[in-house]
Amino acid sequence: MTETAAVPAENHDSHEDHAHAHPHVVPVRTYILVFLALMFGTAITVGASYVDFGHSYLNNIVALAIAFSKAALVVLFFMHVKYSSKLTQLAVGSGFAFLVILFFFVFADYLTRGWLGTPGS
Amino acid sequence: MQTEVVTTNSEDAAPGNGLDRENYINAKHGIWSWLLTTDHKRIAILYLITITLMFFLGGAFAAGVRLELMTPKGDLVDSDAYNKLFTMHGIVMVFFFLIPSIPAVLGNFLIPIMIGAKDLAFPKINLLSWYIYMAGAAFFMVATLFGGVETGWTFYTPYSTAFSHTNVILAAVGIFISGFSSILTGLNFIVTIHKMRAPGLTWFRMPLFVWAHYATSLIQILGTPVVAVTILMVAVERLLKLGLFDPALGGDPILFQHLFWFYSHPAVYIMILPGMGVMSELITAFTRKRVFGYEFIAISSLAIAVVGFLVWGHHMFVSGQSTYAGMVFSALSFLVAIPSAVKVFNWSATLYKGSVSWESPMMYAIGFIGLFTIGGLTGLFLAAMGLDIHMHDTYFVVAHFHYIMVGGAIFAYLGGIHFWWPKITGRMYPEYWARVAAVLVFAGFNLTFFPQFVVGYLGMPRRYHAYPDEFQVLNVMSTAGASLLGIAYLIPMLYLTWSLFAGKKAPANPWGAKGLEWTIQSPPTTFNFEHQPVVTEEAYAYAEGHDTTHDPAAPPAQAHA
Repeated sequence: MTETAAVPAENHDSHEDHAHAHPHVVPVRTYILVFLALMFGTAITVGASYVDFGHSYLNNIVALAIAFSKAALVVLFFMHVKYSSKLTQLAVGSGFAFLVILFFFVFADYLTRGWLGTPGS
Repeated sequence: MQTEVVTTNSEDAAPGNGLDRENYINAKHGIWSWLLTTDHKRIAILYLITITLMFFLGGAFAAGVRLELMTPKGDLVDSDAYNKLFTMHGIVMVFFFLIPSIPAVLGNFLIPIMIGAKDLAFPKINLLSWYIYMAGAAFFMVATLFGGVETGWTFYTPYSTAFSHTNVILAAVGIFISGFSSILTGLNFIVTIHKMRAPGLTWFRMPLFVWAHYATSLIQILGTPVVAVTILMVAVERLLKLGLFDPALGGDPILFQHLFWFYSHPAVYIMILPGMGVMSELITAFTRKRVFGYEFIAISSLAIAVVGFLVWGHHMFVSGQSTYAGMVFSALSFLVAIPSAVKVFNWSATLYKGSVSWESPMMYAIGFIGLFTIGGLTGLFLAAMGLDIHMHDTYFVVAHFHYIMVGGAIFAYLGGIHFWWPKITGRMYPEYWARVAAVLVFAGFNLTFFPQFVVGYLGMPRRYHAYPDEFQVLNVMSTAGASLLGIAYLIPMLYLTWSLFAGKKAPANPWGAKGLEWTIQSPPTTFNFEHQPVVTEEAYAYAEGHDTTHDPAAPPAQAHA
């Protein structure tokens, strides 16, 4: 299956090592702006909890939408995913995709549970 | 690679045997050289020893269950003790044996060698994963010594959070901790497979064992955090009375089942996918053929890993889940049968016109094909919503998942351990006794679990220590089978230990198999390869049409350097 060659046993992804040698430097300004955005998100989360949007699930949707936006800011800027390689972005994205699967099917149960009624009641 | 040296070796040693030369076992001495090693092969040995102990502990709990069920009355142990026996059996076997079994032992040992690397990407994290596993096991052992748990391995709420007076938190913490060992192993494998393949080893030249572990690692990384959080939520609700699962506090007990099975159903694939990887290696080596439909087997591993995440609700058809969600989960569960069947059919097709030989690893492999098929097809019975109302929580379910986990995962594990034993230890095991053990394991397994399909279909529920008199014949058959199975497991334990000291010295490639691991000495040196190997062929490039039945005296396939 193989031939041996006089190649020393070491990593061969030299171009990626090169990329690691010059990490992207994020200006402090960006961090401060993201931090302020997160604080603003926290404030409107608290504010929205005092507002009745009509249906009870609408409040959940608003709260979750704010929470996901904040999480996205943390992941993209504080965790440097915005400046990372495509492979890292794929790894982070797949973790997020599986979270969506978990939520989707759990809600598929919760939102349809009352449709058939309970036998005998 | 030890090439010239091979031919000038002493007379009694087989060609390519490294026991008299430096190898990973004799490279360093002393207990600390093992406990602080970062060599993936030594860490595999550490795992091998610990999970073997766990296997026999779990087996002892199973023996208690089967002895109690010999008679219809609950006369050997009371119901509380019986609840503890089946719970501890399940926890030990699932979390402390099956999940680490093939990945942490065979995967750890073989993946770097199969892809032509010196070690895994993160050797220290690899060692850390073993210590985390040991810490988790220690918590669980403390829980056992303080009287054990009796919630079932599933920890269903509200029983586990509101009613059980046993050591739920201790056991839960043990499982929580050991989960991180599984995550770190998966992380290590994924990075290693992405970054450290030898030159020329493209994705579709990789051995299918590596593909299967790649898919397994995805599940370990994406699923395990969810069960860790879930188990933690059980502990938090017990300690702080936080309303997560208890309806009286505003929680929902079915939410626990969603979160638990989101991991624990894919966890079944953590157990079986590495076994499928072993199968592809065994079948090709003992038919001397390239595997039929390589790409389909490789991709079906990924398909099982992904689709396996979409089916967890089939555990919850009768537990109050919405009927509509149940229908979706039922349909998706049937989909998993497709990639599973792809594998079974492709292995069977590989046998066609192959030069099949019947060494003991192959006997386990053939057993796997039949038993996994039975286990898989009975899974379809249970995935059908209507039939599941009759079968749910009966012995039919118990028989079904034992056909997958024992008939599948443990058969593959034993087959793999035998197949790579010469590579791991540098010694051959006695083939005669290995065949005897393989036949006994097969017979004992079927005698244990086939009657359980019948008694379950007749309506015997699981998790009770007493049952109606008319079920006794089938239960006695099952207990007799379990006794035979217990003896059959001890035989390999004995002859494999014996072979460490007195077994014939193994050549580099005793089976005449293809793959990088068979090109280096047995046992390998610490850094596996003397030079970086370059891969120029697809996997399983057997010279088909020739009778290449292996000859242990033949020089290993590494004659040029």
